[in-house]
Amino acid sequence: MTAQAPPEAAVETVLAFADDELVLGWRDSEWTGIAPFLEEDVAFSSIAQGEIGHARALYELAAGVLGGDADSLAFDRDPEEYHCAPFVELPLTGDWAATIARHWLYETADAIRVAALMESDWHELAGLAAKMDREEAYHRMHARMWMERLKGNEQFEAACARLWPYALGVLEPGQRSALAQAVGREEVEAVERGSHADGFAALHEEMTMVRRSVPGAAW
Amino acid sequence: MIWEVFRQEREGQPFQHGGSLEAPNLEFAEAYAVEFYGRRAESVALWIVPRDAVREIDDPYVADVFDRDYRRVDGYSLKVKLKEARDRAGTA
Repeated sequence: MTAQAPPEAAVETVLAFADDELVLGWRDSEWTGIAPFLEEDVAFSSIAQGEIGHARALYELAAGVLGGDADSLAFDRDPEEYHCAPFVELPLTGDWAATIARHWLYETADAIRVAALMESDWHELAGLAAKMDREEAYHRMHARMWMERLKGNEQFEAACARLWPYALGVLEPGQRSALAQAVGREEVEAVERGSHADGFAALHEEMTMVRRSVPGAAW
Repeated sequence: MIWEVFRQEREGQPFQHGGSLEAPNLEFAEAYAVEFYGRRAESVALWIVPRDAVREIDDPYVADVFDRDYRRVDGYSLKVKLKEARDRAGTA
């Protein structure tokens, strides 16, 4: 354990990662009740919940440095304070091929990010990343089996091509060539963090609605 | 495609039918079986079987045409024998 505070950049990384997981989990949870068949409905909802659980753990870690708690970081910030990649914000609900394309690209990118964080000098972060990796293994298996099933499908391939610049934006520039190699694509200009995709304002509005309805309440 | 799932709760225990699920192939069936019967550490092992592979025998009863009820456990009136034995032993 390091006695000194973790570097600011590492806290920023954790917060951005938490925002990715929260917003993607939220987007994926929109499929609950309307997935293509019941088994998948349960499986995908469970994955969505898994992502939100990871977000919670990451927010807690960040809150230990920044103050506040997981809830205040997750729900009490203004839209422009979220640092998630526009990739996870895109509203894709209703388009299963695109949802699976994002799921597969995200999980592949996430594996690279988590592997890097497991080597972090910030020991709590390295430990948390290792813990998350064990659960992500199921997410990756699920994403891969769907990718194998939809591979070659016109809608799926078109979605992968369209989402690819967004997917690159999940990772830091130095990690992107590994992603390109893993999914068999050429590296292109990424859609970076820092601006929000259309639809994020509405998502934020809905996501924070209950918290805002009774500010400061103890639930 | 329907798959039947059997789960073992603890090592050494018999597998019991857990339920069924729908999945297009073995890979999906495995993933869903883990999701439904493994996620909460409720099973130590799972068997998944395509429903078509399960042969059902409609009429498993082999008729007793001759009086050979001594072959069956319920052929003996254990209750009466027990009572007699207890009476003899004076423990009733």
